[in-house]
Amino acid sequence: MSQPRKLHNFPGGVHPAGHKAESNASPIRPMPLLPRYVVPLRQHIGTPARPLVQVGDRVLKGQMIGAAEGYVSTAVHAPTSGKVTAIEPRAVPHPSGLFDEAIVIEADGEDRSIGMQPLDWRTLDPSALRNRIREMGLAGLGGAVFPSYIKLNPGASRNGASPIHTLILNGAECEPWITCDDRLMRERATQMLEGARIMGHMLGARTVIVGVEDNKPEAIAALTKALSEAEADDIEIVTVPTCYPGGGGKQLAYTLTGVEVPTGGLSTDVGIQVFNVGTAFSLYQAVMHGEPLISRVVTVTGHVGTPGNFEARVGTPISDLLAAAGGSLEGASGEIIGGPMMGFDLMDLAAPVTKAVNCVLVKSPALFPPKPEALPCIRCGACARACPVELQPFEMYWFSRARDFGKAQGYNLFDCIECGCCSFVCPSHIPLVDYYRFAKSEIWEREREKQSSDQARTRHEFKTYRLEREKQEKADKFAKAAAETKAKASTAETGDDPEAAKKKAILEAALARAAKAKEEMTAAGLKPRNVENLPPRVEQEIAEIEARRGTAVADTEAEMPKVDQ
Amino acid sequence: MNGSPFTLLERNSVSVVMLKVMAALIPAIIAHAWFFGPGIWVSLLVCSVFAIGLETLMLLMRGRPLGPFLKDGSVLVTAWLLALSLPTLAPWWLYAVGMIFSVVVAKHLYGGLGQNLFNPAMVGYAALIVSFPMYMTQWPGPIGVAVQSINLGEAFDLVFAGQGSVSVDAFTSATALDTWKTQARLGKPVADILVMPAFGWAGGRGQELVSLMYLLGGLLLLGNRLITWHIPAAFLGGVAFTAWGLHLLDPGQHAGPLFHLLSGGVMLGAFFIATDPVTAASTPRGKLIYAGMAGLITVLIRNFGGYPDGVAFSILLMNVAAPFIDTYTQPRVFGHKTSDQAGGRKDTA
Ligand code: SF4
Ligand code: SF4
Repeated sequence: MSQPRKLHNFPGGVHPAGHKAESNASPIRPMPLLPRYVVPLRQHIGTPARPLVQVGDRVLKGQMIGAAEGYVSTAVHAPTSGKVTAIEPRAVPHPSGLFDEAIVIEADGEDRSIGMQPLDWRTLDPSALRNRIREMGLAGLGGAVFPSYIKLNPGASRNGASPIHTLILNGAECEPWITCDDRLMRERATQMLEGARIMGHMLGARTVIVGVEDNKPEAIAALTKALSEAEADDIEIVTVPTCYPGGGGKQLAYTLTGVEVPTGGLSTDVGIQVFNVGTAFSLYQAVMHGEPLISRVVTVTGHVGTPGNFEARVGTPISDLLAAAGGSLEGASGEIIGGPMMGFDLMDLAAPVTKAVNCVLVKSPALFPPKPEALPCIRCGACARACPVELQPFEMYWFSRARDFGKAQGYNLFDCIECGCCSFVCPSHIPLVDYYRFAKSEIWEREREKQSSDQARTRHEFKTYRLEREKQEKADKFAKAAAETKAKASTAETGDDPEAAKKKAILEAALARAAKAKEEMTAAGLKPRNVENLPPRVEQEIAEIEARRGTAVADTEAEMPKVDQ
Repeated sequence: MNGSPFTLLERNSVSVVMLKVMAALIPAIIAHAWFFGPGIWVSLLVCSVFAIGLETLMLLMRGRPLGPFLKDGSVLVTAWLLALSLPTLAPWWLYAVGMIFSVVVAKHLYGGLGQNLFNPAMVGYAALIVSFPMYMTQWPGPIGVAVQSINLGEAFDLVFAGQGSVSVDAFTSATALDTWKTQARLGKPVADILVMPAFGWAGGRGQELVSLMYLLGGLLLLGNRLITWHIPAAFLGGVAFTAWGLHLLDPGQHAGPLFHLLSGGVMLGAFFIATDPVTAASTPRGKLIYAGMAGLITVLIRNFGGYPDGVAFSILLMNVAAPFIDTYTQPRVFGHKTSDQAGGRKDTA
């Protein structure tokens, strides 16, 4: 259904070759059951899940094997029934190439499932519903993998109305090559729209929009049909122009509503919440069928035998996924996780599909020729015209390159969404985004260094202060004691009572031991408890306590009778 | 570092940009050859050869790879722009000196491609007009004005043998800008000036059509999105507005806007020189200020300065100001409140 909604053009943007046809023609193919799955505990933004099983445990399909830990976290589940054979660091699809903790499950081939209970979302208490969603492991499937239950919280409502007025389902899928959302919209439009209704209900959104780029006419037709079959018009299906990065949350929100999300803020600040269409489908599965998030659709395309979309269980080794797509062809030169604009090189084929993996793109020198040598910037401004954030990429590049990170930051480096439009258009072939990533990481690193050196300095200053103070107190105490002894000596006899002498010796020994232990500790720079990396407020509190304790000790010592020199 | 994006805009490179700029110059070159004889081919050739030679030499001396830098084509654009700004039929060494200033001084001593503060072609031009003002007047007269018309052989002869079998004076004449300037100073009435042979229907005879061809080439650049409208529009606007104002004040002394727009290097400057991205301002508002000021200064120099044309000096002057202008005209970043940006970007560090 074409829309009366007025569209807005976000600034910049580019039109890379789409390459959607390679993988969007055939229906989603389910992956066969595999002998082994590797389920990483960290699949979402936030704290990794806490493992609930041990090596040797038997698990069922859909059983929670890792529980959400902390606020920004979600659970992970067993993709099939079988036995836990290892909980150890494994290769994961991450740009760093570092290993991460994962639960390895050997399938028993029976694929037995836990009993799954649908949720009655219309009557269930909203916070209980959100908790269930968190336990079912729902996270954004568009690539950012933010825990969904947090985004489904409309937040504090003023005057009773929800602060979220518009829910946007992101079906733009603007990266070249990727078609998993396209297929999902074509094949499961009804369920997806139902998922959107549940989201709208939870958020109290008055408007629900599905935004789809106009290079996916079949998806638009399928959604429109699903809507008319449901005899509903509660959801707007809106066609947006194809332009990368039109599927960026802030860009899509602007295209559809004309509202700019303030810098450093979230779209919720302006009453808009954006979800990927795949997330809406998973939510439908979770709520209507009680099925936790144990599979997702992944596009496998590029230089492979039979490109297409696969319903892969989370934990599927990418090597198996590639095999299902006919394997990499002769001359393949690596794999990209995600799209060519923002994806990253896969380091290890043993890494599994996670909730974040939407595409495995096999490279070949013909499809992705080596980048020509970079020439100096000629300030042509093509990058600035392409930038959807209206930054001045060549200025940020200049200062990042000169390692003048402060200046780069002054040109709003941290507004950069790393969309890659600037690198894409640069006639000098400068890898601009690489420089921004580098500059950002350097700035973070320096920030961390500065913080820890600040902490070290305060610690040092406090230690010096305490030592000074102790010295002073000791001197005072001795003076006082000496004065008292003198006074006593002058008034009364200090008889050589053997009992008193013995007591005094014991006391002295104990004091000496305590002093020695304390000295050793301070000498080693140790503190009694683990007080590394505490926020300044806590640090100060500790300092105060220590100070109080110092005085207390000094006071008791002062009360000790007659400690002679 | 070699991360995303894994794909680049196809067939887009500095060489392609430079080639397109050169292609856009061709209509004007043809028009020039048509009206002023084949001398332009000689000066283009001579400047190109010197340019490539000097570029190679400098790259070797600076230990830079020859391949990618020679292929980028930027030095040829410089050579062509200088050739088109110089009078044809000047002796070969004049072109050589000009190219040395352009390539060695203005480009490589500043760090090579992309690093130069001043437009190299305009530095070459300015150096020559300051050092050899005499030779800089040897413009061939348009067909029908010069005593004799010239053929290609004679042009080569003139450039390389200097005062050989043919005398350069036979082929050259004062340009319209020069003529206006001297005649107006002498108090000659406008009506009498405008009928002199140097003038055509709007600007300098012949030059007016060459100017229109530059305009055409400039529109090609705009259509190819190699330049934005800001600089040409502001430059031409600056020229027209200033000329119009002065003309209103004293029509006898100052020529009208159309004359200024279509004579000398205004059109070439507006589309091909002021738009040089390396040396121009780069923000949209900055470009307007930069080029508008350059247009204004151009007309002021023409009317009150010691040189017949002011395009080169005005652009060089504004080159100095470009980084400063950029700093104070940063566009508002998507998602930033307008008030955040009031008064320009804060300079951290
Ligand atoms: S596109 Fe490349 S060459 Fe052009 S200004 Fe940007 S960084 Fe410089
Ligand atoms: S990567 Fe950053 S600077 Fe480059 S176009 Fe995208 S947002 Fe702009």
